[in-house]
Amino acid sequence: MKALLICEYREGKLLDSTYELLAFADRLGADKAMVLIGSEAAAPRFDGKVYLADAGKYGEYNPDLHKQIVLEAVARENPDYIVFVHSSYGWDLAPRVAAALRAGQVSEIVGIVDGKFEVTCCNAKMRRSVVPKTARAVLTIQAGAFSFAGEPHGTPQLEQLSLAEAASGVEFVGYEAAEKKDVDLAKAEVIVSAGRGVGKKDNVAVIAALAKALGGELGASRPVVDAGWVEHSHQVGTTGQSVSPKLYVACGISGAIQHLAGMKKSDFVVAINKDKDAPIGEVADVLVVADVMQFVPALTAKCAR
Amino acid sequence: MNILVCIKQVPDMESRFKINSEGVWYDEADLAYRMNEYDEYAVEQAVRLKEQLGGEPVITVLSIGPDRVVEALKKALAMGCDRGVHVRDNHHYRKDPWQMASIIAAYAKDQGFDLIFTGMQSQDRGSAQVGVTVAELLGYACATTLVGFAFDNGVVTAKRELEGGTKGVVKLRLPALVTCQLGLNIPRYPTLPNIMKAKKKEILALPVADLLKEEGLVTTERMYPPAKKGGGIVLEGDVGDLADRLIGILKEKTAVLR
Ligand SMILES: Cc1cc2nc3c(=O)[nH]c(=O)nc-3n(C[C@H](O)[C@H](O)[C@H](O)COP(=O)(O)OP(=O)(O)OC[C@H]3O[C@@H](n4cnc5c(N)ncnc54)[C@H](O)[C@@H]3O)c2cc1C
Repeated sequence: MKALLICEYREGKLLDSTYELLAFADRLGADKAMVLIGSEAAAPRFDGKVYLADAGKYGEYNPDLHKQIVLEAVARENPDYIVFVHSSYGWDLAPRVAAALRAGQVSEIVGIVDGKFEVTCCNAKMRRSVVPKTARAVLTIQAGAFSFAGEPHGTPQLEQLSLAEAASGVEFVGYEAAEKKDVDLAKAEVIVSAGRGVGKKDNVAVIAALAKALGGELGASRPVVDAGWVEHSHQVGTTGQSVSPKLYVACGISGAIQHLAGMKKSDFVVAINKDKDAPIGEVADVLVVADVMQFVPALTAKCAR
Repeated sequence: MNILVCIKQVPDMESRFKINSEGVWYDEADLAYRMNEYDEYAVEQAVRLKEQLGGEPVITVLSIGPDRVVEALKKALAMGCDRGVHVRDNHHYRKDPWQMASIIAAYAKDQGFDLIFTGMQSQDRGSAQVGVTVAELLGYACATTLVGFAFDNGVVTAKRELEGGTKGVVKLRLPALVTCQLGLNIPRYPTLPNIMKAKKKEILALPVADLLKEEGLVTTERMYPPAKKGGGIVLEGDVGDLADRLIGILKEKTAVLR
């Protein structure tokens, strides 16, 4: 069995998530080759074949061209699996490659059970076991689900790839940096996060008061940030920050995978949720089944005493 | 300009899910349904574009599923879409993303849509494949996970959300398909007059068999709740009492409270 692993490269650098692909391929027991659309200087530390195409020529994000390059590598390598990280790069590119190859795709794999792929669904409340019906399949793996143990090492054998023709309907204009941070959640020992379950903007103050009483920082889930209740710099998750506090308190947060991805390294997790079945319960050391707006003020009062 | 929006109807994610008799999906009975959240951003963006262009574009909204999905179509019509297409399919959950995309592409093929809006993924299946695959099948330019959209002089400028809050800006030539995300806009609530107006709008019903010619490329063998991690304590009861019990646990198990 052979897996072709698609590296990620952004703003001139190889992304660390690339190594999770190696961990996944090892779990599959597959032989590995990699594809990097980037630069030689950023090649992954890996003892094996790396197909390299120049990002200077094909762009860091140009899905039409990147698809052609991956297909070129597929033609040379003849893999059983083509594997991406389920990231803004992977979920964008993988279905294009799958469609071109008419290959089955399994998205956002979190585990392998009896050789079948496990994926989450229903906002992480359920799981499915999914099997491709095609001989060759495209897979994306959930970021953080297959962690790479140890230091990456090795010297790749580079093989250059290029395209004879390069036409695309997508033109990359540039990046916009994240908003400046007014808080560094990565260093916080206690984080108390507000989720959509807090109900409205005014209620965020109640969550912030608990954060203060516990000597911590305020965090937030994505919808709370998108609604403008809290600044983006407080967002925890895939598109926010990854945090690892001693105590994480999730208030009115359901526990979607994109949120869990940012907080699952917390030492101790307390969730406050009125839904006993909320998936956050799966990662919580303590699940308090209650209305946040009743429970949090009571807790804050007792902590402050 | 001719616009298509693809929407899905999904259960409220706060529901308690039971597995269906086939063991491959949830039991669809007794659930409250709504429009997939990501698709609401798609509908809203299409309607805003129509408004920007002085009401000239015609927006078709399409949904695949059993009769209940007509409710989601009606909501989209009340938000400002012009006509609905209901692809009737009681076995929609047995189809994989490739088949779903094939159905949409088969419908869209001869309609000359300039722009297609979809959600980036559904809240229940979450494959994030359908939109992009439709674009590939139709040969449209495509960008995913939009948190910004602008249209000027026939060119779409799309802002994609990347990891860590960084955004990537791309330009797309028409015809194009974009998949929409939280943060793109704030979907409007249909007003009563618009709900009334929507009742007069046409909803075309098509049997799925007319459009689907493809076999699935993946199968779901089983659906199941995640294994309980165990060890987690669940506290229930009176709020004041809960706070005392939680403080006791925090004192015992963490160094945060003394
Ligand atoms: C590409 C992508 C990137 C994303 N990045 C992120 C990210 O970085 N961070 C992030 O958080 N999300 C991210 N998301 C969004 C993620 O999928 C979820 O939509 C989001 O995490 C849900 O936030 P939530 O838990 O606050 O809200 P919901 O899922 O709506 O959950 C609200 C919870 O509050 C509970 N509740 C409601 N009322 C009360 C009450 N009165 N008392 C107690 N509990 C109550 C409910 O039971 C429910 O469990 C991303 C999504 C995508 C597709």
